Amino acid sequence: MRAVITVLGKDMVGILARVSTICAENQVNVIEVTQSVLQDMFAMIMMVDISKSTIPFSDLADRLTELGTSMNLTIHTMHEDIFNSMHRI
Amino acid sequence: MINSHDILETINMIDNENLDVRTITMGISLLDCVDSDQKTACDKVYDKICRYASNLVRTGEDISKDYGIPIINKRISVTPISMIAAACPSKSPAHFAQALDRAAKEVGVNFIGGYSALVHKGFGPGDYALIESIPEVLSTTSFVCSSVNVGTTKAGINMDAVGKMGRVIRECAEKTADRDCIGAAKLVVFCNAPEDNPFMAGAFHGPGEPDCVINVGVSGPGVVRAALAKAEDCDITGIADLIKKTAFKITRMGQLVAQEASRRLFVPFGIVDLSLAPTPAVGDSVAYILEEMGLEACGAHGTTAALALLNDAVKKGGIMASSHVGGLSGAFIPVTEDAGMIEAARRGSLTLNKLEAMTAVCSVGLDMIAIPGDTPAEVISGIIADEAAIGMVNSKTTAVRLIPAIGKQVGEELNFGGLLGGGPVMEVNRYSPQRFIQRGGRIPAPLQSLKN
Repeated sequence: MRAVITVLGKDMVGILARVSTICAENQVNVIEVTQSVLQDMFAMIMMVDISKSTIPFSDLADRLTELGTSMNLTIHTMHEDIFNSMHRI
Repeated sequence: MINSHDILETINMIDNENLDVRTITMGISLLDCVDSDQKTACDKVYDKICRYASNLVRTGEDISKDYGIPIINKRISVTPISMIAAACPSKSPAHFAQALDRAAKEVGVNFIGGYSALVHKGFGPGDYALIESIPEVLSTTSFVCSSVNVGTTKAGINMDAVGKMGRVIRECAEKTADRDCIGAAKLVVFCNAPEDNPFMAGAFHGPGEPDCVINVGVSGPGVVRAALAKAEDCDITGIADLIKKTAFKITRMGQLVAQEASRRLFVPFGIVDLSLAPTPAVGDSVAYILEEMGLEACGAHGTTAALALLNDAVKKGGIMASSHVGGLSGAFIPVTEDAGMIEAARRGSLTLNKLEAMTAVCSVGLDMIAIPGDTPAEVISGIIADEAAIGMVNSKTTAVRLIPAIGKQVGEELNFGGLLGGGPVMEVNRYSPQRFIQRGGRIPAPLQSLKN
């Protein structure tokens, strides 16, 4: 099962590192990352494989949301099916 | 990899444009709970609902978390209680409402619909007593919603029921006058009521439905409005196309949630209701969509045409996105639940007459409208008769959910809070339809050809 992690907010040092640390700690494999910085706005989209995750999906989502709150970023963790069903026929 | 633009678009819809799944509604048949001993029947009803729906709320929350989509309501609809209560004629059907209320509380849903009777051709056993008990039930329960179907295109309109419902609506408001007359907000009078509607207060589980079923109602007026705001200069054809595309995306999300809920709960998937259901939250309004199309204020001339276009495009876009479509499907115009409608009613651009015209081209009908507290019952019946006639002749669902604001006059306001919102008391035509209503009888079913 794959999920999409999106991070939006003001650019700062260590965003990618801290998000990937949480992934690594829980055996969540990062498959692909795209990121862009427009002026000082940071947008990162990360595709991850959660089939071997050591914690339930909702806990992973909670931890990332917490990280987002602490860094003043918006972090969403969502199952990839939502995007597939909305944007592909 | 999924296109990053698509990902950001979805997230923006949820974060900034109020995209959500409005309701997952579990329909439960109570036909196997019939018993001539009322206490036994009530126990069976309570047990069956608790057994079937024990995981409904938790499953809804889990899906919401996994997919990152807010799922606002989890609800239950049941077989019209008049059918169950008919087996115990000597006891008040209100006891069934108490059982429904307890079950709803136990499983944690926010409404349970089905304290209902289908009387479009006449009163069957159980129907009359149930209708009589509605004011008491809606004033003493917290979660129970009630509906009565008074007409269909095939049967005509039962004018005895129309006359009766005018009085019942008034009584519901009077009995809950200390709580902003909320009793009347939980009662819907239908023509052509759908059997698989997931939305309250009119949801019930029709006799043609399976034992248990999952129906989902989507939402998303904010998303449609935002899409229109970005496309400033397109013509009406372009507007219709844009609404279709947006409705498609919204409905796909609803379909995904419905299938997932059905899989996790081991209950068959029924339908997705393709609806634009507003909330009092600013930005989540159907009226704002109409204004975004180019009307100065909702209710201006042109509103009916704009709404017809919107309603049709929502259906066309949504129908391909879902394997089974049903319920009410279309744009809702509940006045007190829609920030733009509330504003329009306050400033006087939106009147009851215009709303009546609008109901001819959109789903549902005169919904959540506060009227003066001294409006006579026969005037309410007259409004019901007009609305039912629009539904009957046009082969569509129409409904009336009026709230007589006891002790209040035009310009004063009611405030229910939450999803039901609040709004100003609207002007009603004062000339009396009393003789017409008192005649009783039935309006014959209309001709289905020679349409003009």
